[in-house]
Amino acid sequence: MDDDERRSTLMDNLLSIVTFIPAVAALIMAVFLRGDDEAARKNAKWIALFATSATFFVSLFILAGFDRNNTDFQMVEDATWLMGLQYKMGVDGISILFVLLATFMMPLVIAASWNVETRVKEYMIAFLMLETLMLGVFMALDLVLFYVFFEAGLIPMFLIIGIWGGANRIYASFKFFLYTFLGSVLMLIAMVAMFADAGTTDIAKLLVHEFSYGSFDLLGIHIVGGMQTLMFLAFFASFAVKMPMWPVHTWLPDAHVQAPTAGSIVLAAILLKMGGYGFLRFSLPMFPVGSDVLAPTVLWMSAIAIVYTSLVALVQQDMKKLIAYSSVAHMGFVTMGIFAANQQGIDGAIFQMISHGFISGALFLCVGVIYDRMHTREIDAYGGLVNRMPAYAMIFMFFTMANVGLPGTSGFVGEFLTLVAVFKVNTWVAAVATSGVVFSAAYALWLYRRVVMGDLIKESLKSITDMGTRERVIFAPLVVMTILLGVYPALVLDIIGPSVTALVTNYETALAAADAVSQAASQ
Amino acid sequence: MSADLNIILPEILLALFAIFALLGGVYTGKDGVASTLVWLTSAAMVALAAWIGLTGTGTNVAFNGMFSDDGFSRFAKVVILLSTAAVLIMGEGYMNKRGLLRFEYPILVALSVVGMMMMVSASDLMALYMGLELQSLALYVVASLRRDSARSTEAGLKYFVLGALSSGILLYGASLIYGYAGTTLFSGIIQTAVHGDVSVGLLFGLIFVISGMAFKVSAVPFHMWTPDVYEGAPTPITAFFATAPKVAAMGLFARVMHDAFGNAIPDWQQVIALISLLSMFLGAVAAIGQTNIKRLMAYSSIAHMGYALMGLAAGTALGVEAMLVYMTIYVTMNIGTFAFILSMEKGGQPVTDIASLNMYAKAQPGRAFAMLILLFSLAGVPPMLGFFGKLYVLRAAYDAGLAWLAIAGVIASVIGAFYYLRIVFFMYFGEEQAEGLDASKSTILWGFLMASAGIMVFGIINMFGVEPAATAAAAALVN
Repeated sequence: MDDDERRSTLMDNLLSIVTFIPAVAALIMAVFLRGDDEAARKNAKWIALFATSATFFVSLFILAGFDRNNTDFQMVEDATWLMGLQYKMGVDGISILFVLLATFMMPLVIAASWNVETRVKEYMIAFLMLETLMLGVFMALDLVLFYVFFEAGLIPMFLIIGIWGGANRIYASFKFFLYTFLGSVLMLIAMVAMFADAGTTDIAKLLVHEFSYGSFDLLGIHIVGGMQTLMFLAFFASFAVKMPMWPVHTWLPDAHVQAPTAGSIVLAAILLKMGGYGFLRFSLPMFPVGSDVLAPTVLWMSAIAIVYTSLVALVQQDMKKLIAYSSVAHMGFVTMGIFAANQQGIDGAIFQMISHGFISGALFLCVGVIYDRMHTREIDAYGGLVNRMPAYAMIFMFFTMANVGLPGTSGFVGEFLTLVAVFKVNTWVAAVATSGVVFSAAYALWLYRRVVMGDLIKESLKSITDMGTRERVIFAPLVVMTILLGVYPALVLDIIGPSVTALVTNYETALAAADAVSQAASQ
Repeated sequence: MSADLNIILPEILLALFAIFALLGGVYTGKDGVASTLVWLTSAAMVALAAWIGLTGTGTNVAFNGMFSDDGFSRFAKVVILLSTAAVLIMGEGYMNKRGLLRFEYPILVALSVVGMMMMVSASDLMALYMGLELQSLALYVVASLRRDSARSTEAGLKYFVLGALSSGILLYGASLIYGYAGTTLFSGIIQTAVHGDVSVGLLFGLIFVISGMAFKVSAVPFHMWTPDVYEGAPTPITAFFATAPKVAAMGLFARVMHDAFGNAIPDWQQVIALISLLSMFLGAVAAIGQTNIKRLMAYSSIAHMGYALMGLAAGTALGVEAMLVYMTIYVTMNIGTFAFILSMEKGGQPVTDIASLNMYAKAQPGRAFAMLILLFSLAGVPPMLGFFGKLYVLRAAYDAGLAWLAIAGVIASVIGAFYYLRIVFFMYFGEEQAEGLDASKSTILWGFLMASAGIMVFGIINMFGVEPAATAAAAALVN
């Protein structure tokens, strides 16, 4: 095998390589790393940091080799698997940025966990496995392969919350697992139904398969949109829980509060995005009629989520809980954009997800910084931090503003695009949702005032220290990305644009065709 | 005649082996040779499994159609033989340590395996009953092997009384079927039992036979004996009960349903779907309150039988294939899980309390991790192989128009996930306790645990070629 061939085999399997680098590192750690002394802990941390950085580096080749004008799946790997399933991986404009978001965030997550002292090896293994599974979700092009990655991610997250979590971690971990598991099994049934209907689990083929949408009666209920609506609901059960959407968001505040800082970052920055990605990959393109039937409901649910969770966030005593509710509100913009189902809406939704990945990750990190020092997340326990932590105050200010959606930061672009998109579809939803922007400014700024501003009167805070070098280095890339995307959103929009256009066009064509059929039938 | 004997040669050889082992045991060291006998029996079974699995071809019928050796029976036999060999080897150390290693033990197990092999090959009601009783009688005895323990004798007696009752029910059903079909041969019954044209008597017979077999697979509502017998019997015997006899009974179930009543699928489909539904839910709900890991595994096996029956309820070749794959995965998981339970000791005494596993992961990270994999696999969480078993049966059920059963099945699996997670909770998140479990020194148990966990993870690549074998086996049964 000469060099060129070797290079081409590597490039042919690039996606699998990126996906499984962390898993291999985890395996190496599990087998070769012995003992629980200081040296072993240090090795575990460095191996994990090296593996996640290497994954990020290699994942840049995906971006380099990506043809942004091609809306098909690229760099596809395909092999036969069990039961007539396929091991099929690939990326398109919709998924590639989520892959990069995950590989980008993971080294920061590992660096943010440098202070972990208990069971370090297991901790790092859990995070590395989680990275492999998350990357697999965004690259899988087979229904069941997607489901395997999607569900398997619950196991490491369950352990992360349960082992390294806070005081009430047991309750939170069980709630997290069972809640999301229940949501997903209904999706599994829908997948089995799709397999039976289309005879394949290949996502590329399912995207062009037309699932039946003739209305029928089931148990006395008239189901408009027939099978498509039912399958949409089954997928919705899973993705809405994962997003999470109001009213099935209640697991998230518990999970966030109890999870260790790094766990919260992964949860907010990447795991929640699986729900949005799922809507874009499955619900919208595969069940257009079902989506159309239920889109108004989803839009209103999103609007309620934005307002309701913002109000709930206002009264929180716990910083992490506040940011968790703010995540739910921001995810409301995402679902709103997706189900507006036009170019701006979906562009905005993807943009909002990427941007929220950086911003919410950074905010949880901000909480982590002071939690590491004071071991409490109570807002009342702080106040006047600016006096002793000027650098921290600045970083926290920056991300608070980004969270509110200040123009110039990435938070603005996503919210603006989705609001414009929804305005075209449903003015009332847009009006309600826009009021949420005001509330988000209220809770975010009030949080900031109570924690950072004012005089430093609490005795316990008198000796608090500002951020160290490690912490500053972790925040730097997040700040850069937030500003970069805020002033130059084309960086993202150019990559996702063609794929989103294709998605919207297909969606509208499918709806028009369905409309024509029903018109012909009624005549 | 000699052709007939040729076909049934594996069974004859195993029976002869048991008889000579009995003679040898009596005339030599008695219990002193028990250990050697265990290894010999296991070796014989592995050899037989290799022989059956590697050389068997086609469908051969012996004794005028009473006994058939086809792809289906060979698949089941290989699973039965290999799992029994594994369980025998696994339990040897435990039995020896507690003075339970009598030389009759491997012999009785071997005889029950002969009965199981007969069961999965039976193509006649008489052959069926013969195999079933040979299997059951040997099992009744081994259940009460610990003679000085009230629990163990109670388990044996309970099993015997209820087993005899169920055998009676089954026999009554068989006599009804004979009365209305005019033959005991499956190939004859299938001509008479055609959907839409099944006489009431035949239908009654069918229901009685299903009840009898549901008892053997411990499906609801004939499951009551399971938790008590699992708890009372010595752990290696429990491990045995949870594996090979279940495969044999499921194999028999599938054979009767398809070979004898394959033309009347709608007549039994609803019945089996219902017992499948009840088993899944009862197994999931009743296990939540258990504190004894053996009782918990009993309810877990009831739930698992529910899923396997879901495949059978489909009434298609895909359903049978799903059932076979599911049972193979189930047996592999259970071998690993029981290897773990066998290694649970405190101060040299076996413990079965789940709370004793508190913070086990800290003392024994490797074993705890293997058990974690097995538990998630039992719960049917991907990427473990247990998930693919569930996917198989769900797909078969959905394709057969039993979408409601598939939906109920996944909901039950969420409920069931709770009690598997509870064990993970004890092992990983529990409270520190003064003295944990003993560090197990048995490399055999460690090996089985690790191998089983390894299969659950790496089996998802290609299932080690079990899939095409199961497809061929199902095709041999369902035409």
